[in-house]
Amino acid sequence: MPTVYIPTPLRRLTGGQSKVEVEAHTVQELVQALEARYPGMADRLLDDSGQVKRFINVFVNDAEIRTLQGLETPLQSQDQVSIVPAMAGGGR
Amino acid sequence: MPRYTRDQLLQLAKSQIQEITPTQLKEMLDAGQELTLVDIREREEWVQGHIPEALFIPRGYLELQIEQHQPDRSKPVVVYCAGGVRSALAARNLKEMGYEKVLSLLGGFNGWKDAGLPFQVPRVLEEAQRIRYSRHIILPEVGEEGQIRLLESKVLLIGAGGLGSPAAMYLAAAGVGTLGIVDYDVVDVSNLQRQILHGHSDVGRPKVESARDRIQEINPDVTVIGHPEPISRTNALEIIREYDVVLNGSDNFPTRYLVNDACQFLRKPLVDASIFMFEGQVTVYRPAVPEKGIQGGPCYRCLYPDPPPPGEVPSCAEAGVLGVLPGIVGSIQALEAIKLLLGIGEPLVGRLLMIDTLEMSFRTLKVQRNPDCPVCGDRPTITELIDYEQFCGLPPRVPVEARPNGSGQSVPA
Repeated sequence: MPTVYIPTPLRRLTGGQSKVEVEAHTVQELVQALEARYPGMADRLLDDSGQVKRFINVFVNDAEIRTLQGLETPLQSQDQVSIVPAMAGGGR
Repeated sequence: MPRYTRDQLLQLAKSQIQEITPTQLKEMLDAGQELTLVDIREREEWVQGHIPEALFIPRGYLELQIEQHQPDRSKPVVVYCAGGVRSALAARNLKEMGYEKVLSLLGGFNGWKDAGLPFQVPRVLEEAQRIRYSRHIILPEVGEEGQIRLLESKVLLIGAGGLGSPAAMYLAAAGVGTLGIVDYDVVDVSNLQRQILHGHSDVGRPKVESARDRIQEINPDVTVIGHPEPISRTNALEIIREYDVVLNGSDNFPTRYLVNDACQFLRKPLVDASIFMFEGQVTVYRPAVPEKGIQGGPCYRCLYPDPPPPGEVPSCAEAGVLGVLPGIVGSIQALEAIKLLLGIGEPLVGRLLMIDTLEMSFRTLKVQRNPDCPVCGDRPTITELIDYEQFCGLPPRVPVEARPNGSGQSVPA
């Protein structure tokens, strides 16, 4: 099963877990599987039109999905998916 | 074995080598003729002035180092000393090494100067600096030349907070000659858990002032330029223009987009980082500079085309940040800045370094330039600075004086 790296701001939804494994064959399925297990996740990741929010990047291994096939990007069981949101903190 | 007097040895050397006059050498240099020009005098003589194109290899190191500079024995090598005696002997030794075309400058550097030809006085490190930076100078990737370049460099830090603190201290210790600091905040006791530029006795002082004191204590070679004002669309270009590299340690989205756009317009490399709780991100946004052969990478807008709506991403003030985290992330920023200044290694251009200190994992993700990016894309639609508060869905920035708490932060982080 692909492994998803959950960024700190979203770990409230996963009960603090930073890595979760979900059964999914595309990124779209992965978002749905995350939503099923951690309700509220889809809302944090997708905008009203169902696209990934523009301040969030989803990487499959080291490549961003907009450079692959977007939400249709296929997933293999060894794939590592990273969710990377914009952060502004400079430690002030 | 034959025995020679000084004069006989010199005679012998001169019979085996060729000599050229200063005017002939000047003509060869002006004609762009391929030759390796080596000044073989001692350091004390070199620092008084040398022929502009010359390499400096003191006589004692000539045979040991010449191959690093000219491995091809068939290429011409011109050596000179002060008066033409030492260089005649040196030229003979190079012939023995197999250099086929070795020329010695008649009359040496003195003859060159007397002929009214141009020379330059090199920038060299003072003795105290040679000791201070000895661990840098010994690194082949830095050397005395690289250290001088650092001393002549200017780095701008956006923020003297969690990230700006370690970055400023390491850049100062490394001998980056000018550090600009943009920060209009004053030191608060809650800053001291991570902002190591400032100390307990600095509470209440402007951060640029306590930063200046700390930096000057670390390294008096460094000039600190304080910009104790908010960076905005009205002053950003004017401030950033003066620097070679910008380090972003800002705490809010409007400033991040502003600094990105300004750096893109001015073609300045931006070492960007942000932190949250136990996690950090670092990357380098380097605009293309074709005339210097620098290929551009993506910018902040390629990675994050739009900011999150206000309140969607919690700030450090709301969520907290482990004090050591900015120490790691800001130090990485300082390292990247030094690499950019020296032109060494592989900077984090087109790569996003993700640091999770709870897992203690460092991962690098690829970031590509977006050809449709409104700022750095093929057909840019944003060509001047805009209203960044509005862009980020925030109310206009209120002047500092008008704030009830006087903290002057547009978005606390």
